[in-house]
Amino acid sequence: MSQHDQDAHSHGSVSSYVVGFVLSVILTVIPFWAVMTSAFDRATLFAVIVVTAVVQIIVHLKYFLHLNFTKEGKIDTLSFIFTAIVIVMVVGLSIWIIYESVLMMMY
Amino acid sequence: MNLLGKLSWDAIPYDPIVLGTLAVVAVGGAALFVFMTLAKKWGWLWREWLTSVDHKRLGIMYIILAFVMLIRGFADAIMMRTQLAVATNGSEGYLPPHHYDQIFTAHGVIMIIFMAMPFMIGLMNIILPLQIGARDVAFPFLNNLSFWLAVSGALLVNISLGLGEFAMTGWVAYPPLSGLEFSPGVGVDYYIWALQISGIGTTLTGVNFLVTVLKMRAPGMKLMDMPIFTWTCTWANVLIVASFPILTAALAMLTLDRYLDFHFFTNDAGGNSMMYINLFWAWGHPEVYILVLPAFGIFSEIVSTFTGKRLFGYKSMVYASGAISILGFIVWLHHFFTMGSSASVNAFFGIMTMIIAIPTGVKLFNWLFTMYKGRIRLEVPMLWTIGFIILFSIGGMTGVLLAVPGADYVLHNSLFLIAHFHNTIIAGAVFGYLAGFTFWFPKAMGFHLDPKYGKISFWCWSVGFLLAFMPLYVLGFLGMTRRLNHTDNPDWNIWLYIAAVGAFVIAIGIAAQFVQLFLGFKNKDKNLDKTGDPWNGHTLEWSLASPPQFYNFAKIPHVEDIDAFTDMKEKGTAYQRHASYEPIHMPSNTNAGPIMGLLATALGFALIWHIWWLAGASFIGLIVAFICRAYASNTDYYVQPDEVARIENEHLDNVAKG
Repeated sequence: MSQHDQDAHSHGSVSSYVVGFVLSVILTVIPFWAVMTSAFDRATLFAVIVVTAVVQIIVHLKYFLHLNFTKEGKIDTLSFIFTAIVIVMVVGLSIWIIYESVLMMMY
Repeated sequence: MNLLGKLSWDAIPYDPIVLGTLAVVAVGGAALFVFMTLAKKWGWLWREWLTSVDHKRLGIMYIILAFVMLIRGFADAIMMRTQLAVATNGSEGYLPPHHYDQIFTAHGVIMIIFMAMPFMIGLMNIILPLQIGARDVAFPFLNNLSFWLAVSGALLVNISLGLGEFAMTGWVAYPPLSGLEFSPGVGVDYYIWALQISGIGTTLTGVNFLVTVLKMRAPGMKLMDMPIFTWTCTWANVLIVASFPILTAALAMLTLDRYLDFHFFTNDAGGNSMMYINLFWAWGHPEVYILVLPAFGIFSEIVSTFTGKRLFGYKSMVYASGAISILGFIVWLHHFFTMGSSASVNAFFGIMTMIIAIPTGVKLFNWLFTMYKGRIRLEVPMLWTIGFIILFSIGGMTGVLLAVPGADYVLHNSLFLIAHFHNTIIAGAVFGYLAGFTFWFPKAMGFHLDPKYGKISFWCWSVGFLLAFMPLYVLGFLGMTRRLNHTDNPDWNIWLYIAAVGAFVIAIGIAAQFVQLFLGFKNKDKNLDKTGDPWNGHTLEWSLASPPQFYNFAKIPHVEDIDAFTDMKEKGTAYQRHASYEPIHMPSNTNAGPIMGLLATALGFALIWHIWWLAGASFIGLIVAFICRAYASNTDYYVQPDEVARIENEHLDNVAKG
């Protein structure tokens, strides 16, 4: 029975989609509210936006893309993490390299 | 509209060297054609080899491709060395810059992309599925297609010899030099499409073999039980999957710049040529680790086999390879320290580069400790390994020196750099492939190479390497830069002469390789390997016949040890006779691979020469061929148990006699 349940689970259920949707709405409303009411100073505002965005990415991965660390789901999750690391290294370091070299051109 | 695009009679270069080469190729090709026709071998070649999806046959064809391209790439090398030995004291030599620049570009592209890569992928093809107890790779047709895409790229490079020109930009093809403004000819287009087509094939190979090791290991074999060669190939495949798409993207952007007037890498309209250099090396540096990691695996297998011991520090070997892969992915800026990014950028990449010496050092000590108190048999593969350990250490140390940004500012693009990377690629990767070639040749072909000429080859390669490249270290310190066509500095002359002598000694080494092959074939009957285990090997490939049964394993073995076959021999479970066999499910050969490869060649050729109707037709043909293959129904068959039993009993009888 557990085998069947796990398979069904990995494709999501109504409740998991609702949880994901509600969490996403909350994580979208918070930064909107913070920007529109100017509740924080500029630096805190940026921090709030970035943190809620990153958390929302994780929510999407978990509830909508069904990434998990079960036996069947592990390989998907690992290939996603692999892709993310490669992108962070190549794009991130490239931006740093080119940005710093442009900075040197200003002198 | 011109039906032939930019192609015309002017495209044929009227250069005595090129025309002479073309004549030799034409005569050789005609002789081969006549021989094949008289022997009625064309049908056999097509059915048994060109359309084969058998990983062992594809591997052999990859290695044949590598040897053919080695001849071409080495001809370029020896022309450069003789030119530089002749063109001293202001003399111009025999190669004008227009030709010379194409030669050094072709030499780099061919040796990396069309010699080293096919050699590495060929060895991986033959051995990796056998080592993990699989019957083939995960996607056998894709494997065949990858091979034909590699051939397609190699064909384009060779066509450039007789039609038009090759790039004159160096193998890195930096813009703005490789842009339309400064390279208006077809040379850079040949470069782009040759690399693009073969690069896609390599990406597919990486995916294919990653899935193979993840999904098709024999029961009982955990990831940390995989033979070390399989592990290093796996790390190389991870790097292929991560880095080759960067090359594809960078070349695509350069293509858009050249064909559709985009401005990704131009100096005007917002382009940034440094971004090309950045992307090129974000692929190019992992690429050299893709080449050398499998070679490390080969040396590990050889050291543990020819000392009769288990490999010292298997786990640290796996982790060291992983560390090299990850670090190798974040060091690419050391190729362009001098572009002038900030001190912190240069420091970061310099330090990362130096750290790679640590896992590499771990490997060297593991090999030395494996040899310690072992019963070393100085066969040819072991000679290559010992030569590698000594010579590669020199290359590693000069690499750490170049990793210091301050030192690099002095040595950048000098011959010191040339000496360094030939030191690592020849004494590292190429020695590894040649060692693996001798080591696994009896497995793949069923008989031994001639050991005498194998040893001659080793000594000529080693001595020739020292003569050819140690002077380049000196010349680098004396201030000579790379890609010079002629020189006028009396202090350099003696070193240039020595280097040229070295190139000829290496030429003898290469000739000896072919002699050992020739003698191997000639004395085939005397040197047969009947047991399938000529070196007393550790891993599963040696449990099979030589050459292996086409289905590899009649029964998939159960693996209980890293050295699975040694374990079976110790427990007495090797060479078991089974009363009955199951039918074996096998993939059928397919002509889709060679057809798609040929169409890709036509597409590349058409795009190079702006023959738009041919480009459209061959592109549609590619899609149609792919759809036909996707809907094909006769893609597999079963080998019947009585045939399996006959083949297995024959092998086991040979072992018993052996």
